[in-house]
Amino acid sequence: MWVWIVVGVVAVVVLAAVLVFNRLVRLRNRVDNGWAQIDVQLRRRYDLIPNLVETVRGYAAHERELFEEVTRARTAAIDASSVPDQAQAEDQITRGLRQLLAVVEAYPDLKANEGFLALQEELTGTESKIAYARQFYNDQVMRLNTLIQSFPSVLVARAFGFTEREFFDIEDPARGPAQVDFTG
Amino acid sequence: MYEQIASNKRRTAVLVLGAVVFLALIGYVIGAMTSSGVVGLVLALVVAIVMSLGSYFYGDRLVLASTRAREVSAGEQPRLNNIVEGLAIAAGIPKPRVYIVPERALNAYATGRDPEHSSIAVTQGLLEAVNRVELEGVIGHELAHVQDRDILVGTVVATLVGAAVLLSEFFMRAWFWGGIGGRRGGDRGGGVVSLVLLAVGIVMLILAPIVGQIIKLAVSRNREYLADAQGAMLTRYPPGLISALRKIEAGAKIPMHSANNATAHLWLNQPSRIQGEGMGPLERLFQTHPPIAERIRRLEEM
Repeated sequence: MWVWIVVGVVAVVVLAAVLVFNRLVRLRNRVDNGWAQIDVQLRRRYDLIPNLVETVRGYAAHERELFEEVTRARTAAIDASSVPDQAQAEDQITRGLRQLLAVVEAYPDLKANEGFLALQEELTGTESKIAYARQFYNDQVMRLNTLIQSFPSVLVARAFGFTEREFFDIEDPARGPAQVDFTG
Repeated sequence: MYEQIASNKRRTAVLVLGAVVFLALIGYVIGAMTSSGVVGLVLALVVAIVMSLGSYFYGDRLVLASTRAREVSAGEQPRLNNIVEGLAIAAGIPKPRVYIVPERALNAYATGRDPEHSSIAVTQGLLEAVNRVELEGVIGHELAHVQDRDILVGTVVATLVGAAVLLSEFFMRAWFWGGIGGRRGGDRGGGVVSLVLLAVGIVMLILAPIVGQIIKLAVSRNREYLADAQGAMLTRYPPGLISALRKIEAGAKIPMHSANNATAHLWLNQPSRIQGEGMGPLERLFQTHPPIAERIRRLEEM
């Protein structure tokens, strides 16, 4: 009789541990996938920057300082090795690009240029994809970290070496009303 | 959300089972009346199974074709494709295929069987009327339907109802023309057949309103509110969808030529074939959408 009760309790505990373990794995994979998505979009933005700089340079050659700043931020972001470093470099890129697009306002010819308009749509699209990918990544990181920190899942997480992940934070109000695009 | 997915799968199974049983019954009755035995039943079962499988695997294509939707590439419609891709990333699902419906009315819908096989269609009119933020709101709403598998129920309902409408028209016409032909020839055998056809046709006619009620039950108004809320959570910006809904409300008088009762529930807002504010009596019977004013009010409370 007692043997069966012990066996039953052990079976329930093992089953619960397996379920928690599987959830941890699923969340970890989602976090990795979320990071890969961010990476894809960031890379797309790196590819767009030289094109954009070249196009704007053709009309506003004297804004050299701005071009250099954006290019420097791009290099820093590509070379970044840690999550916070990269977040900071990306932040700089975002700010530089916004300035660049603000400068463009003064050049009606450039604003009417079809190649520039296509680039601008690509850039706006990529910016919002970066924001969405970050949103997804941070959501999943939060869920993973919560699970790793809560009891009793913390026991399983410790036993199998699941570690908390870092948020991809950019202190920057990229989303919200400021982004409204009335030309759309 | 996971309960939503499970409940939608259950609904779909019940719907398909109901359709199979219903068709089998009709087949059995026809078989009994024409004294051809179980042939009618077997035939009806085969039809029902083919129909169910067809609506599961090819329903999205039928729906897209019935609205004359055309797939557009990223090169052709960069803004629309960028928004769909971005929000799909936010939702953590693969990017759905993107279609444009050549209509002046302002509307959109999503179809497919799961996030891996899904499509989003917007009308030309909507695309021209809204700005980027508003379009994001609309796409967010549609992606919520994709995420929750509302599209599975909606698409299966659309194809099953479409088939039922076709069948009832077929039977009524067959009876009408068969009846005249039978009288002219004075053929007694034709009389029995035409009687059967008449009976089936009448049953179908009685059933149409019931089917309307079933659609209402299957695709309850609540999931429109839910998709609004969930879509707003994807974009993190409810005013986008609110402003889009206002424009859609203002443009609701524009008639939609490809609107029909089989697909009405799929659209973001109930489409109407009739110019002006009103709806036809049959369209009102199939009314599946909550009023836009109420949807806006709930979004503003978020």
